[in-house]
Amino acid sequence: MSSQWTPGRRAVVKGLGAAALTAGIGVSARRAHAADLVVGFIYVGPKDDYGYNQAHAEGAAACKSMAGVKLVEEENVAETLDVQKTMESMINLDKATLLFPTSFGYFDPHMLKVAEKYPKIQFRHAGGLWNEGKHPKNTGSYFGYIGMGQYLNGIVAGHTTKSKKLGFVAAKPIPQVLLNINSFTMGARAVDPAIRTQVIFTGEWSLPVKEAEATNTLADQGIDVVTCHVDGPKVVVETAERRGMMTCGYHANQAKLAPKGYLTGAEWNWANVYKSFIEAAQKGAPFGNFVRGGLAEGFIKTSPYGPAVGETARKHADSVKAEIMKGGYAVIKGPLKDNKGKDLIAAGTAYVETAIELESMNYLVEGVIGSI
Amino acid sequence: MSDALGLWGVPLAVASGAIRVGTPFLFVSIGECLTEKSGRINLGLEGTLVLGAATGYAVSLHSGSPWIGVLAAGLVGALFGALHGYLCKLPRVNDIALGIAMMLLGMGLAFFFGKPYIQPSAPMLPSISLGFWSESPQIRAALEVNALFFVGVACAAALWWAFASTRAGLVVRIVGDSADAARAMGYPVDLVRFLATAAGGFLAGLGGAYLSLYYPGSWNERISSGQGLMAVALVIFAHWSPPRCLVAALLFGGAGALGPALQAVGVSEGYYLFYAAPYVLTLLVMAVTVTPGRQLAGAPGELSVQK
Repeated sequence: MSSQWTPGRRAVVKGLGAAALTAGIGVSARRAHAADLVVGFIYVGPKDDYGYNQAHAEGAAACKSMAGVKLVEEENVAETLDVQKTMESMINLDKATLLFPTSFGYFDPHMLKVAEKYPKIQFRHAGGLWNEGKHPKNTGSYFGYIGMGQYLNGIVAGHTTKSKKLGFVAAKPIPQVLLNINSFTMGARAVDPAIRTQVIFTGEWSLPVKEAEATNTLADQGIDVVTCHVDGPKVVVETAERRGMMTCGYHANQAKLAPKGYLTGAEWNWANVYKSFIEAAQKGAPFGNFVRGGLAEGFIKTSPYGPAVGETARKHADSVKAEIMKGGYAVIKGPLKDNKGKDLIAAGTAYVETAIELESMNYLVEGVIGSI
Repeated sequence: MSDALGLWGVPLAVASGAIRVGTPFLFVSIGECLTEKSGRINLGLEGTLVLGAATGYAVSLHSGSPWIGVLAAGLVGALFGALHGYLCKLPRVNDIALGIAMMLLGMGLAFFFGKPYIQPSAPMLPSISLGFWSESPQIRAALEVNALFFVGVACAAALWWAFASTRAGLVVRIVGDSADAARAMGYPVDLVRFLATAAGGFLAGLGGAYLSLYYPGSWNERISSGQGLMAVALVIFAHWSPPRCLVAALLFGGAGALGPALQAVGVSEGYYLFYAAPYVLTLLVMAVTVTPGRQLAGAPGELSVQK
């Protein structure tokens, strides 16, 4: 190029003036709606993935009908600086005052950083480990004891398996995933201690090709019941159905995807959780910083049993479910060894579903084949 | 189902994974090979792949025929290739920058129009059972091969033959090696490149349909996870030769299946390293085959990265 355009002084002044003018118009136009409570939901994947994001989006959708509430949602937001930009734009442009960044990796450092910058905005994160004194007061976390659902999955799987080998397609070895793998395995081993669970880590929350490969290779090893902890269980459930395996669902109900092999599933039930947060915000009531709940509190639910589930399996799972509903049920209790034979928990010690120790789990229990 | 394969599961998974996972790599890489042979780089094929996957799935759902879906995916891919081919002809348009723009556009369009199709289940492509002779259900499952794989192999063979021994193939190579020489001989450089890019887009579209209509057989926004970009890199890895594209695609497919298969037989330490196997392989091959100070063998002289 022979000549280069450089911004002159006048062009810059004009441009800045125009920008200020438009920004002013934008702000005044938006202020008209300031009476509504604006709530922001941020998802890491598509809202209709038959999985993690769908479960949250269904919870959000249930709040749409509440009076005086306006929802802003953004999907496919990466666990990077992107989510900070999304949060800032929801706060500054949409005037959101309550934010739900729903993915695991949003918590630290992204949500914490933005929360320090905007102390008047409330942030609640799904799954994070909020710590008083360590994290800002306007942040917090909520989660459900879905491990209990995976324990019930395991009981049904344990009754249904013929090969005594179960499969688990997992994304990353983080505490929540490990708790699910362990609970599923312990549920099945409560039926028959000879049962083993083969786990395969794909390394990412959503990698359809790798999830399909993992499911196929589990089928090749003679595994006949499979479950998973990835963002969208659709690929795992559909591949398993094609290979003639049975599946236990996760996150949401996938029964439609596997009419023959779907046994039951551990599902989120976020609607209650979101409604109670929003009601607190509308009344100006204090927010819980650390909100947890299980089957009894309606934070999670189980899918209806599929046609392949036998009578004994139903009865066993239903009776355990009734016990869990009473509260204080412990899946992880001593004596317990890890899968390398090391003693983990002494006899007499039991971690009930509410135990905070479970949220920093870093082991795989006896009966799981795999390593972190 | 009851008998396990044990350690034999690993070679079986790698072999069947090579075909299952490698087919989209094959389509995109031979498509890109054709485009690059004519002297242009189309980096937008990742977008074409994703758009092809969305189109194939949607059309299959509405028409009830997965093959019509495949055709539609190819046509949308060709349209995208044609757009790239046309725009690159305009003065001062850089094909690499435009390719990146086309990639983002393709993904954006696919995400936007593909939204209503994430939930429904579309009719899938049937597979050909080549394992009928075997008693083992695992071998039979591994030998369920989709017809598109054979289409891809046939395309690779046809391109190879065409480049080596037909006039049309020669014209593409001349245009790709020296636009000035092609013009002096009276060949329409822009038209040849336009057609080569459109055909490359068509093939990439087919690869997308394979993803959504056969394996993993579902449409969502993460379906490709960068396979289109990898396949473009495979062309350089394969030194612009269609048969080598086939080998490279199979190699990458097989390497992708290695990680899960090893974990399934109990080799579970360091699975992140196994997942990096395809990339380590690429680095090794590039390092071994490179000749300092010289162009890569088979590289078209007109590629904008060569100049």
